Amino acid sequence: MSDQAPSLHRIRLHYTRAKELRYVSTLDMQLVWERTLRRARLPVAFTQGFTPRVRFHMACALPLGFTSTDEVADLWLAGDAGTAEVVEKLNAAAPPGLVVKEAVEIPLSLPALQTRVEYAEYSVLLSEVPDGFDLPASVEKLLRAQSLPRTRREKAYDLRPLIDRLEVVSSTPPELWMRLSAREGATGRADEVLLALGLDPTAARIERTRLVFKED
Amino acid sequence: MRNAEQIERQLDRILLKVQKPGRYVGGELNQVLKPWDEVKTHVALVFPDLYDLGLANLGLAILYDQINARPDALAERAYAPWIDMEAEMRRAGIPLYGLESKTPLAGFDIIGFTLPYESLYTNVLNLLDLAGLPLLSSERDARHPLVIAGGHAAFNPEPMSRFIDALVIGEGEEVIHEIINTHQAWKASGEPREDLWIRLARLPGVYVPCLYEVSYHPDGTLSGIQPTHPAAALPVLKRVVAQLPPPVTRFLVPSIDIVHNRIAIEIMRGCTRGCRFCQAGMVTRPVRERPVDEILTAIDDALLHTGYEEIALLSLSSSDYTNIKGLVEAVSSRYRDQKLTVSLPSLRIESFSVELMEGLRELRPGGGFTIAPEAATERMRQIINKGITSEQLLETVRAIYSHGWLTVKLYFMIGHPEETLDDVQAIVDLCQAVLAEGRRICGGRARVHAGVSTFIPKAHTPFQWVACDSVEQIHAKQDILRKGLRHSSFKLTWVDPAVTMHEAWLSRGDRRIGAVIQRAWQLGAKFDAWQDQFHAETWLRAFADVGLDPDFYSHRMRAQDEVLPWAHISTAVRTTYLKEELRRSQQGILRADCRDHCVACGILPGFNELRMNTPPEAWKCPPVSQVKAR
Repeated sequence: MSDQAPSLHRIRLHYTRAKELRYVSTLDMQLVWERTLRRARLPVAFTQGFTPRVRFHMACALPLGFTSTDEVADLWLAGDAGTAEVVEKLNAAAPPGLVVKEAVEIPLSLPALQTRVEYAEYSVLLSEVPDGFDLPASVEKLLRAQSLPRTRREKAYDLRPLIDRLEVVSSTPPELWMRLSAREGATGRADEVLLALGLDPTAARIERTRLVFKED
Repeated sequence: MRNAEQIERQLDRILLKVQKPGRYVGGELNQVLKPWDEVKTHVALVFPDLYDLGLANLGLAILYDQINARPDALAERAYAPWIDMEAEMRRAGIPLYGLESKTPLAGFDIIGFTLPYESLYTNVLNLLDLAGLPLLSSERDARHPLVIAGGHAAFNPEPMSRFIDALVIGEGEEVIHEIINTHQAWKASGEPREDLWIRLARLPGVYVPCLYEVSYHPDGTLSGIQPTHPAAALPVLKRVVAQLPPPVTRFLVPSIDIVHNRIAIEIMRGCTRGCRFCQAGMVTRPVRERPVDEILTAIDDALLHTGYEEIALLSLSSSDYTNIKGLVEAVSSRYRDQKLTVSLPSLRIESFSVELMEGLRELRPGGGFTIAPEAATERMRQIINKGITSEQLLETVRAIYSHGWLTVKLYFMIGHPEETLDDVQAIVDLCQAVLAEGRRICGGRARVHAGVSTFIPKAHTPFQWVACDSVEQIHAKQDILRKGLRHSSFKLTWVDPAVTMHEAWLSRGDRRIGAVIQRAWQLGAKFDAWQDQFHAETWLRAFADVGLDPDFYSHRMRAQDEVLPWAHISTAVRTTYLKEELRRSQQGILRADCRDHCVACGILPGFNELRMNTPPEAWKCPPVSQVKAR
């Protein structure tokens, strides 16, 4: 950055992560983004320090194996770039599976994106359910429970308060829709909900469809 | 056979059960996915180890680029699945598949393995098996793909000769097209498979093992290697490209973190230094350089296509690149504001190297400054032909520390011919002297890393006749190093002697060793390059089961007139030259860099016509007239 005082801009991006990026971890996704930004030749702002990193923050981690039609991230640019140009350049440089839908300039002063996520919504397509499995009844039973004690990575927690809504969209083919808490430190996982229902998450296609934010 | 869609569906069911599932799905940026039915020839390029290591392999990247540039062919990739994934694949009945289309490997026309080092051999067998193919070339038939291989380890093709139908000796850029053309012509002819072997054998640089017969003396040494068909050349002369083609710039960009995330641009191929232990220096002759402009254009293109943050300028000896100063200056001025890292490996031991690295100050990776003295006494350096003095080394080290590097990494090798324990002690003493310089210049923060590998006499080098140190000798030498470099300012790395022996057997082996590799694989050997997966006992048992003596291959001084297992393979460097070098080594006579004065190694007569048609700035051998004058 040779300019003395480049004007800093904060751009909020909405993007999709299709099946080509299903098996990319959040840490690796940061790298995918950094390289996309480099290829797009946008005037990206870097962090200070010995190993400068691109200033780019994703709202919330997407679990391995999930796709998403609406991820959100903030990007800082050290210089002017129209939001239409940002979308165009990023899409020209994006790897297979990554499509930027929208870019909006937002005030620099807004709080960190990660702290504002409240819920995440998921659409779940089940390729198979066990014979005789009554999906609506199982969902109803799950929602009636006061608590759903579960263990993940050797940590005990209660899944029930993390489920905001859970609905059967269709029985044939079996499809669910759910809204789970996605606050920092209180994140519900769609695959955990499936396990609690007695279903195999590896036989499901889980897609995040929306992130719901607190009002700024 | 399962089809691509079935495999894709099944993969979705198992990938979340394995580590790093992103290794097994393809779909990376710059992947080439061609419609299967629109091309005549389908080639699977296989790196027989993990995706994480194979993706960055430059040889395969070049071939991928070359093949996919043809409208009539496609290249896909496959790597070795890690143990967890292999188990899932075998359980689900998923064969090894091409990452791009998920087509089973058995459905390709040609499978090409790269063999950069010998410890990948059992993985090749495992992958053939996972592809559902018979391991032995002789057991495969017209239903099966042609299985080819190439890479540095193929300069001794015999150990893998029973598994691979045809091996490319030397550089693949041009011959890969000839192989594809030949395969197409053979397929169109409707001739039997034996006809394909003959057609392939006619291609310069292609070795078809089944067209050669090996005979043995009662003592187990070879008595001869004879072609069994007039089309089979003797010797098989390696292929070289006269002028390096423009470098690959559309590198695959993985979506997961791998070992080398970088743009790799080969600035020069070959080396004129003539270190006597160095196989690469002997087999990659002559030296060919790319022009500075071509390198810079390639970096520009590659940055645009990949977004990588690191550039590696590759060669066997960066300092020897003719316009290295100009290149470093241009790279530095062009990229210094882009938050990039540029690495320049294999620098000569002289203060000029420090100036070069200083020129890349804003682009240089963190960490230490690496130089490779290889040996610590003048006597040893004369034996191996590394013409530097300890004073030159210390002077360079002073420059390194003075310019702000706190860590100096020194590469040594133990086990060189005629090395004594005193020579090994000298490595300790030299590291101490280097550290003392560091302390004097930067105080207590100075560090010395000593990476000490163990010498293996490699095929086609002046040392090809000599024996390896015994395991006991290696242990004794490593003990000296461990005792002498205990202080926390040192970091010492060494190679397990069992690993060295394994590499020695496989790199010095003959055709019969193939049975040992096969037996070891049956006993469970795979991923031998991984320390926690390599089991020396498995290999010793395999030798015993097959009835061969491992020491016969590693610990026997071979007579100068012995028929070596690779005698039918020619790198164009003459055997008489290698013998002369061995003699000079024994007499402690250095051989000067051949860049200015031809030493008549054999390359020029071997490739006379090629050389005549190549501009001198691309091919760095001195003019032929000088050869005659000497």
